[in-house]
Amino acid sequence: MATSLSGQLVNLLAAFLLLLAFAMLSQRRVLTLIHLFAWQGAALAASTLIVAYATGQAHLYFSAALTVALKVMLIPWVLHRLIDRLYVRWDIETLINIPTTMLIGIGLAIFAFALAAPISQMASTVTRSTLGIALASILLSFLMMIVRRKAVPQVIGFLAMENGLFFAATSATYGMPLVVELGVALDVLVGTFIFGIFFFHIREQFDSLDIEHMEKLKED
Amino acid sequence: MSSLPGIAFQILQSVFVVLAAPLLTGWINQCRAWLQNRSAPSILLPYYTLAKLFHKDAVMARDASPLFRLTPYVLFGCMWLAALIVPVLATDLPFAPAADIIALVGVFALARVFAALAAMDIGTPFGGLGARREMLIGFLAEPAMLMTLFTAAFISGSTQLNTIVETLAHRDLAIHPSLAFAGVAFLMVLLAENARIPIDNPSTHLELTMVHEAMILEYSARHLALVEWAVAIKLFAYMTIGVALFAPWGITEGGDWGGLPLALAALAVKLALAGAGLALIETLLAKLRLFLAPEFLASAFLLAVLGMLIHFLVRG
Amino acid sequence: MAPPSLQFSPIAGSLAVAVAWLAIGLAGLIPAGNALIARRLAFPAGALAGLALAGFGLQAIWLPAAQLVLPLGLPDLPFHLRIDALAGFFLTLLGAVAAGITIYAAGYFRKEAAGRLALIALQYHVFLASMACVILADDAYLFMVAWETMALSSYFLVTTEHRLPATRSAGFLYLLIAHLGALAILLCFGVMNGGQGDYTFDALRAAELGPPGATLAFLLAFFGFGAKAGMLPLHAWLPEAHPAAPSPVSALMSGVMIKTAIYGMVRVIYDLIGGVRWEWGLLVLAIGAATTLFGVLYALMQHDLKRLLAYHSIENIGIILLGLGMSMLFIGFGHAAAGALGLIAALYHTINHAVFKGLLFLGAGTILHSSGLRDLNEMGGLIRRMPNTAFYFLIGALAISALPPLNGFVSEWLTFQTALQAPLLEHGVMRSLVPLFAATLALAGALTAMCFVKVYGIAFLGQPREAPHAAPAPGGGRDAGALERIGMAWLAAGCFVLGLLPSTFLQMLNRVSVSLSGGGLPAEALESSWLWLVPTAAEQASYSPVIFLSVIVAVTLLAFLLVRGFYHGRARYSDPWDCGYPEQSSRMQDTADAFGQPIRHVFGPLYLMKRHLPAADDRAPRYSVQIEDRHWYLLYLPIARLAEFVSSKVGLLQRGRISIYLLYSFLTLIALLVFVR
Repeated sequence: MATSLSGQLVNLLAAFLLLLAFAMLSQRRVLTLIHLFAWQGAALAASTLIVAYATGQAHLYFSAALTVALKVMLIPWVLHRLIDRLYVRWDIETLINIPTTMLIGIGLAIFAFALAAPISQMASTVTRSTLGIALASILLSFLMMIVRRKAVPQVIGFLAMENGLFFAATSATYGMPLVVELGVALDVLVGTFIFGIFFFHIREQFDSLDIEHMEKLKED
Repeated sequence: MSSLPGIAFQILQSVFVVLAAPLLTGWINQCRAWLQNRSAPSILLPYYTLAKLFHKDAVMARDASPLFRLTPYVLFGCMWLAALIVPVLATDLPFAPAADIIALVGVFALARVFAALAAMDIGTPFGGLGARREMLIGFLAEPAMLMTLFTAAFISGSTQLNTIVETLAHRDLAIHPSLAFAGVAFLMVLLAENARIPIDNPSTHLELTMVHEAMILEYSARHLALVEWAVAIKLFAYMTIGVALFAPWGITEGGDWGGLPLALAALAVKLALAGAGLALIETLLAKLRLFLAPEFLASAFLLAVLGMLIHFLVRG
Repeated sequence: MAPPSLQFSPIAGSLAVAVAWLAIGLAGLIPAGNALIARRLAFPAGALAGLALAGFGLQAIWLPAAQLVLPLGLPDLPFHLRIDALAGFFLTLLGAVAAGITIYAAGYFRKEAAGRLALIALQYHVFLASMACVILADDAYLFMVAWETMALSSYFLVTTEHRLPATRSAGFLYLLIAHLGALAILLCFGVMNGGQGDYTFDALRAAELGPPGATLAFLLAFFGFGAKAGMLPLHAWLPEAHPAAPSPVSALMSGVMIKTAIYGMVRVIYDLIGGVRWEWGLLVLAIGAATTLFGVLYALMQHDLKRLLAYHSIENIGIILLGLGMSMLFIGFGHAAAGALGLIAALYHTINHAVFKGLLFLGAGTILHSSGLRDLNEMGGLIRRMPNTAFYFLIGALAISALPPLNGFVSEWLTFQTALQAPLLEHGVMRSLVPLFAATLALAGALTAMCFVKVYGIAFLGQPREAPHAAPAPGGGRDAGALERIGMAWLAAGCFVLGLLPSTFLQMLNRVSVSLSGGGLPAEALESSWLWLVPTAAEQASYSPVIFLSVIVAVTLLAFLLVRGFYHGRARYSDPWDCGYPEQSSRMQDTADAFGQPIRHVFGPLYLMKRHLPAADDRAPRYSVQIEDRHWYLLYLPIARLAEFVSSKVGLLQRGRISIYLLYSFLTLIALLVFVR
């Protein structure tokens, strides 16, 4: 099955995206997490560029530029400043240990691949075999949100999930309409700022960003 | 296929590997010295070391069993077999089908088991320490290596190294994402199996930090020379396997003496680059805490498994 | 390749051997002075009979199936016997392995008391005869009779040391689970029969079962035979019963008896039910993988040598199930050649395991007899006192660790080759799952190597860990006797033969596969010479253990000669390196628990650990760690409590007063009069 050069490059970038999702799942240091997230944004932008070049859709160039500006530069910078001011450096504990998390991740990846197989047959884009990978990276980011104890990695998981969604959209349907995309991008930006505000509140209240403390808010 | 020129070629290839392996080790040490801003020893230093060791009298513990004395020869034999089989200069050699990738992993496992047993032979705590740590690293490195090779086997439809190299060398330049995953996993396993940073420090002299060196603490003179030589051949073999799987251009057919100079030149260039890369990795990374080593190798294992799964996804 | 034809046809010959074993066992009971027959003649004669059986079995693989009807049994239910390629293969396994073990037993039991020796000889030979009858049986009745005899005779053998309470409870657990399994097998035969009345295997084969009936029969057979094989979750008896029995009996149980369970599985599922479905293969694969990992992880934690070997038996049954599962999966999807390869890999591993596990148990028996030691933490340096045993045990250890060029590697290699046929499958999820099962096999192989480095290194190498054992022990501290050495050498030679001549055995097993399922390996695989093992096509995979071994041996010799020639071979002896700390004692070496500590650290959550750590100011600090099986608490104890509860309710019926019992009879009489008018 000889796919074109652009198809192969997109496949490679999809694999890189999945690799980054797994790497984020196994990372302990928050600073490295932010860097990995920035790399993920770069891979996303590169793949959008390639799809734009291969299919000649002008609006994809614009969304690639938007991705670079937002996900590679702005949001990582915001997160960087946030953890600087909150003195967050390490996140050693997760709810379940890392090898078990990776095993669950593999299971989720198989599940996503199995789910996406019939859909890939129906799609007709140049990137259809990457739908499974995109679905897998969404599920993995969700898993990362669940197993982390501190708040900052959870936010990064949420943002990575949005990355996966974007990639899924690009691979199945050549991207969403530009209006929707701009709206989603704005939502994400606003969401990040709001999260930042919440972090300060949580830390003021509990002197720590460990989410277990939030259980103290229970009624009894 | 069992023609006389082919057999001669194969034996010459193995002799070449055995003789050139210490040179690779010397080159890596030189690169490391340059990167660490030290003046480098001669590139031929491993040869001088081997000659010096062979001259010495062997000093052994009084209770050493025959297994202890046999092991260095067995290790050397296993590594020579690996040198015979791995397609270093040519594919399609007559005895290469004697062992495929699974048997190759088996050879390395055999060497590891014998080394660990010899380490436990004397009865000092260091031997047990070395053996225990070596098996801890080995029990995950071996499956990771196997899964990496299986990815290559699925892509080329065979477990014969010949067929794999030919398929990967002669097909159109295609980017396989699964090979990318397998490549990263292979690199991690190479670092672990050959006792390199970040798993083990080959130049440490503190016994409690040793893994591989602790196993050979009791060896001296000719036994130590054979063991060190076997370690060098193992590194050479691993690098050649990596080169054959991931960058196989320039390799020639068995019995084709005309293609030999090109194959030699290509191999020299590839190994020089790979050796420099290895030295760079060793300089940039720090040695991991011992119980983080299984996590490192578990990541390699999972990456290799993931590469296999991606192969199935992207293919169909 | 037809061996010279003997006087007897194979089926008559095998029956004669079974009868001979019974006769030998009974002859041992003849009260002569000092039980002369039992002591000198019984076991060697049994070993010879075993060799004859192996010969008949080999012959039967190459001949077409033959049947025989015995006039024994009940009036309308005579015993049917049948021998075909599959039965011939298992008879070869039984005969060859039993020959080695029985010759060893001849030396092992030589010093027993007369009465006990006669009983052991009887039970032992009845055990052998019943296993032969299980394999020869061609109807459900003889099968169940032989099966139950096998269970009973092995129960008596397990409880030879019945004065120890641990042995008694181990025997009880063993008998209990054996009977549960037998019940499931009986029900399976009932389901397959479907109410036609005739229970011969021919009739069962011909009966047409719908998919639900076939699946029910499969499940009953799988769990019934699995209970005897020791697969998860019905494995709890294995680590208790195998160590409790005397060593030759452990070898026989672990090597041969659990293989008769595999025989039963293959016979019922492939032959009698037929129409293998791929979902069955998936279930077998999943349970096989779980069994493999469970067995090896728990084996790494043991410090009792025989218990450790028992857990490894569990692991190897898991590996056999992996091969069977892959075979069923491929056959279910219609790929006969790949399915045949899986079946061949599983059967090859069956005979490999029989040979090397038998060898390992015999070695453990010699250690026990000679030094009285069973706990690895007390052993050390035995290679100096028992060089022969150490050599044979090393071969067994290398074989079980699946290291080339011995036999364990060949069957694992074949299983991997089967897994590599996965791209043939059309089902997407299955295609990606099969390599994952190959990954668990790879992991298990590496862990087994680690475990046997631990066992061999701690038991035979190093220094003795307990000072009293540095001196010769009450058992004499000597190496194995002549007969014991012959037995171990026979099995070690088997390891080499099975490892170095795999293509011969491949052809043999191909005949078995063809006779069972009709599918065999492609022609190219069978035409390669004895030097090469080619399961599918030469470009796809090949392996030559002879070349492998010869290169290593040649290079070893060459290196030795070259070094001596160019330099010298001088050696001096001195103390080992002590890092500047002169007060080293042998107690500072790794114990078995210490060697397993990294695994305990990595796989911690999987074990149920009870640890006692000393506090900082303990006067007499004590450190202990106990690893227990979660299945006890999750499965066995709840079922036991449920059974007790139900029986306590039923026990309410028993009052002890005669009037109540008379009332029961009266009520039954009234009921019968009412309903059967």
